[in-house]
Amino acid sequence: MSGVELSGELTIHAAAEQAPRLLAALEEKSVLRVRLADVTEIDTAGLQILLLARREAARIGSTVEFRDASPAVREALAIAHLSLEALS
Amino acid sequence: MSFSDDDTTEALDIFITEARELLEALEEGLLGLESDPDAAETVNAVFRSAHTLKGSAGLFGLTHLVGFTHVVETLLGHVREGEVRVTPELISVLLPCADHIAGVIEGVAAGRLSATEPQEAAGAALLARLTPFLPGVFAVAPLPHDIPDPSPPAEVTRGWRLTLRFGPDCLRNGMDPLSFVRYLGTLGTIDRVAVDDSALPDAADMDPETSYLAFEVDLITDAPKPEIESVFEFVRDESDIRIAPLAAASYVDFIEAMPQRDRLGDVLLESGAVTPTEIDTALRIQRERSLSVPIGQVLIEEGLADPAVVEAALTRQRKVADSRSGDTQTIRIDATRLDRLIDLVGELVIAQASTTVLAAGAEAQGEVTRLIDEVRHSALSLRMVPIGMTLRRFERVVRDVCVDLGKEVALTISGGDAEMDKALVERISDPLLHLVRNSLDHGIEPPPERVRAGKPAQGTLRLHAYHDAGNIVIEVADDGRGLDRDRILAKAVDRGLIPASATLSDAEVYDLIFEPGFSTAETVSNLSGRGVGMDVVRRNVAALRGSIEVESVRGHGATIRIRLPLTLAIIDGFLVGVGPSSFIVPLDRVTECVELPPGPRGRDCMNLRGEVLPFIRLRHIFGIPGTPARRQNVVVVEQSGQRTGLVVDALMGEFQTVIKPLGPLFANLKGVSGSTILGNGDVALILDVGPLVSEHTDHERARQAPAMIPA
Repeated sequence: MSGVELSGELTIHAAAEQAPRLLAALEEKSVLRVRLADVTEIDTAGLQILLLARREAARIGSTVEFRDASPAVREALAIAHLSLEALS
Repeated sequence: MSFSDDDTTEALDIFITEARELLEALEEGLLGLESDPDAAETVNAVFRSAHTLKGSAGLFGLTHLVGFTHVVETLLGHVREGEVRVTPELISVLLPCADHIAGVIEGVAAGRLSATEPQEAAGAALLARLTPFLPGVFAVAPLPHDIPDPSPPAEVTRGWRLTLRFGPDCLRNGMDPLSFVRYLGTLGTIDRVAVDDSALPDAADMDPETSYLAFEVDLITDAPKPEIESVFEFVRDESDIRIAPLAAASYVDFIEAMPQRDRLGDVLLESGAVTPTEIDTALRIQRERSLSVPIGQVLIEEGLADPAVVEAALTRQRKVADSRSGDTQTIRIDATRLDRLIDLVGELVIAQASTTVLAAGAEAQGEVTRLIDEVRHSALSLRMVPIGMTLRRFERVVRDVCVDLGKEVALTISGGDAEMDKALVERISDPLLHLVRNSLDHGIEPPPERVRAGKPAQGTLRLHAYHDAGNIVIEVADDGRGLDRDRILAKAVDRGLIPASATLSDAEVYDLIFEPGFSTAETVSNLSGRGVGMDVVRRNVAALRGSIEVESVRGHGATIRIRLPLTLAIIDGFLVGVGPSSFIVPLDRVTECVELPPGPRGRDCMNLRGEVLPFIRLRHIFGIPGTPARRQNVVVVEQSGQRTGLVVDALMGEFQTVIKPLGPLFANLKGVSGSTILGNGDVALILDVGPLVSEHTDHERARQAPAMIPA
């Protein structure tokens, strides 16, 4: 049980670095906690990464838990009518 | 979540099979508790069923099922702990809950993975009824979202459903789909957003800069449609943006979640998409134009219904047809039976190999024959299921009908472990249901009447199954009024079924109740007085190559006996030859074979040990040319107590045969139930003794009646 921290921009500009990092962390842990407290900005590209991580976790039989959504994350999720629980 | 891949579908199939079994156990347990409220073992079993059901539903993310079952399980948990007492009232609330769960499961089986609005409302109502039984510390968990009004949606003119599929490069071009959704919020109220991630590829193939998500947004707004469209002006070319009026969309939703219906009009009416007046108008127009114009088209052309709604209704209707034809269900098989079959197939392969070695040829041939026989038996046994499951379902029927009619009836079931072909079990349960209802409705008297007749107030209904000479027999017996011979006879004369002068045996009189349109019920109750008649029961039983007979003692009850073959696929036949043709008579109908005594050619009856035996010349019926053999034989068959002879040229002995159904071309052919292929490649017709005999002996009997032949 351990965590990974996503911080800064979770957008199209950083997606190419953020996605592999999250997926790699997922490979190593059976339960992965992802802190989103320091995400300053998130767009559809970022949302896609979270959804992909959720699906990937289900595929390899591990669990991913998103927590501590920053205001930016909260706002984006609200627009899409999603919640952190729904993503985990 | 979506169930698209085959593994999941298969797993879901297994879940549905299990869930149905768990539900049956649950219902059975509840009924058991009603008669024995303190049975700890039953309480445990019922709790376990609910618990397992909830757990499995959770695995598939069927939240609507989990939420509802959880409350039921909690309550049962309290019962198990002895905190809640089992009372008839409690059972009366829990039984409908089991029904509700069954409905949800059948919904899942039909591919609906979330609750429909009417279902949700019904579920909430049931949970509300459960609440008083729960100990105070426990409050019913609220349902995941507010219960919407189950009535069909009212016309919402300002609601729009937007389906947004942005182009793959929109992110790279600086367009963020989320910001479009955000902007839509400024135009009005966003009622609902659904994110569709089904286009998201595997992690390995994903390009983080490509846009994969699609959105569905329900927007309530004053803005006219063009204004909504203009929001997407810059992405229109590479995206797929659809804007449809929400009224149609919500009807479409409602229709998609509806239980299945056969008729398009029913679907549209029930969903509230069209009013009865509109349907009537459309039907009238359809009649005026011609029936070849589909009603859906009429509705659209007359502006009575939205094309999208009719389209949704049509697919709902088509789904009915699909699910009826594609009835692929899983079946549970006893592992030892399967092992046995696989062992046999292995042996068969070895034996087959040794037939190619010439020296051992003949012996190996015999071995192969023996093995094939066993393999066939073994394969058929896989499809054999005990009939008990089906019979036990009637406990609930009896309970509910008694409540409806104010009667007291105890149901006893015996012989439930007798096995029969699964396909047969499924097809016999409807006729049985009708017979059970008939007994409860017309057979067993209300308690006061029973007491006046000197019987116990509580009537008894007995379901009894047993094997008998290659058949399975199911009896439905009651200790009620019995059949009123005189009334049946009077009614049959009245209906012109028989001449007033006819003298009939008791069995013949009772048999009349199976005639079309014959019902002795003077009051039409809501049970068996309408719906299928006994004639349909008989037809259904006959279609399964079975027979049905009635025994009755006035004032003491009636027994209806259904006799069915064990399997639909194979019969033991008796092979006979007429000229160049071969026929197969089902062996269970054959009582004996005798030589045809020489006699006048025109006569179609003979003397069999002092009795008149009418006979049928197969050569004559099937128009087989050529002269009969010098010494013909008579195969004596028995059909509902009457014996008849079949005159044939040659007897070729017993023969186990695999039935091949006849094509639709021969659907109306009476007296032939199927065909089979003989070892030499010839086709032999399988005779359907029942219709054959009744068809041809009736007028023969009529002809013979005035002049009995001297013995």
